[in-house]
Amino acid sequence: MSAISVILLLIVAFLAGVDVVLDEWELAQPLIACTLVGLALGDVSSGILLGGQLQLIAIGWMNIGSAIPPDAALASIVSAVLVCGPANLSVSNGIAIAIPLAVAGQVLNIFVRSLIVLMAHVVDSRAKAADIKGIDGIHYLDMVIQGLRIAIPTYIVTIVSPQAVQGALNAIPKVITKGLSIAGGFVVVVGFAMVINMMANNEVWPFFFIGFVLAAITKLNLIAFGILGVCIALIYVKLSPRFNAQSTVVEGAAGEETSSGGDDIDRALDEL
Amino acid sequence: MADNETVEKQKRLTHGDMVKTFWRAGFLQGSWNYERVQNVGFCFQMIPTIKRLYKGDDKETAAALQRHLTFMQTTPVMTSLIGGISMAMEEERANGKPIDDATIASVKVGTMGPMAGVGDPIFWGTIRPVIASFAASLALSGSGLLAPIIFFVAWNAIRLASRWYLQKIGYDQGTNIVANLGGSLIQKLTTGASILGMFIMGVLVPRWTTINFPLVISKATVNGKTTVMTLQGIFDELLPGLIPLLLTFMCIWLLRKKMNAIWLIFLMFAIGIFGYWIGLLG
Repeated sequence: MSAISVILLLIVAFLAGVDVVLDEWELAQPLIACTLVGLALGDVSSGILLGGQLQLIAIGWMNIGSAIPPDAALASIVSAVLVCGPANLSVSNGIAIAIPLAVAGQVLNIFVRSLIVLMAHVVDSRAKAADIKGIDGIHYLDMVIQGLRIAIPTYIVTIVSPQAVQGALNAIPKVITKGLSIAGGFVVVVGFAMVINMMANNEVWPFFFIGFVLAAITKLNLIAFGILGVCIALIYVKLSPRFNAQSTVVEGAAGEETSSGGDDIDRALDEL
Repeated sequence: MADNETVEKQKRLTHGDMVKTFWRAGFLQGSWNYERVQNVGFCFQMIPTIKRLYKGDDKETAAALQRHLTFMQTTPVMTSLIGGISMAMEEERANGKPIDDATIASVKVGTMGPMAGVGDPIFWGTIRPVIASFAASLALSGSGLLAPIIFFVAWNAIRLASRWYLQKIGYDQGTNIVANLGGSLIQKLTTGASILGMFIMGVLVPRWTTINFPLVISKATVNGKTTVMTLQGIFDELLPGLIPLLLTFMCIWLLRKKMNAIWLIFLMFAIGIFGYWIGLLG
């Protein structure tokens, strides 16, 4: 690995470490992170392939409430280094390695987020002193710690010899590696289940089965399903008695001078 | 009546403050911690407002900073709306309106719950999984760099536009918005987003899973033609995607039994290895 590749890789690892916590730019999502690692190490096509498969596994790893999900950043970055770098692992081996890495990253993340409780107390004392620069500085420092949480393990992986990694993997029997790649085909259902559990209630379950049957029987593509889904949602919300009862009231009030704030929001949305 | 107040209000926050707040809001979760979660990030987001309104008054600055270091937890994008409302309240307070600490705190506490209720299904339950699975399928069908670029651009265009307009709505409407949180718009949005999300999940279960049972059940030779019926063939006759559907329900059930997601992933790997070992899966 050339010095420039290592530097680029560490920048990507650092940014992924910050963004997996921010959950804003989604640089740590496998498809994007693995592609960036592939670009840094000069093997983009393997990076995209690994990223695409890992993305389907990681689809339900969400920051909801105080639950910390498996860590997409460490899983994507380190497995992509092993697949796109000199160790040159196969994509299916990369996926098998990514899962334990996601757990390791999750544990590290829990540790760092506990440490930041102490930093939050320093922020409290800075606030009492009206020290705005101090608060900014601590907030940036916290992000640096989160970035290093991924960048340091990534650096360690780059100095391990590729032969050692390959030797370790070749020692794994075929029934394990083949079984893992078979499981890679359906492990995504865990992610689906997590997303479904977040949204499901008796009112919306039928729409899951409509989608399932249409996808199983027809050959429509995902864009067509997206359009269908939006239309079904719009029609349901329009026709549901629950919303109709309320919207009549709102429409009635809209004509009068004393309009409710709900109309204000509706109007503000219309004006956008 | 509310409109008259808005007109008479002596505005002191500038367009520049709006832009700075918008930019800072993107670092909300940088100091995510177990005690007060997004509190430092929310204060960080409010700093341009605090600087503008209380500059030179250390006592008021310190009080404002501490006001916004209380517990905060919601969908990240939605803090732009809560931030916009808080900006409007801080501005009124700085202009001499009788808005005390408790009012600001209760508005924040009162909005973060419902906002998470709307934001989580829309952003984490629908928009991201739909874009991610679409881009992942493009990546696996060999479209090269296009797939990650589509993911990045589509997600961030939606996210940045949402943050900007939510902040604007929050600031323009101020506390008016709080009175109407129970209104039909929020419920419509949540229900509509959940319907789209559930529909797409139903689509993805058969489409983005592969599972194959190569076990031969019967071999029949009719007029010299040999027909091989595998276990997979029988499942496909019943309904394609039936086994992934059953696996999904098993996962939903186990998650509701409080099983950790990462153990479920290991369980899936165990099923793959065991299935291959006994010759059921291939």
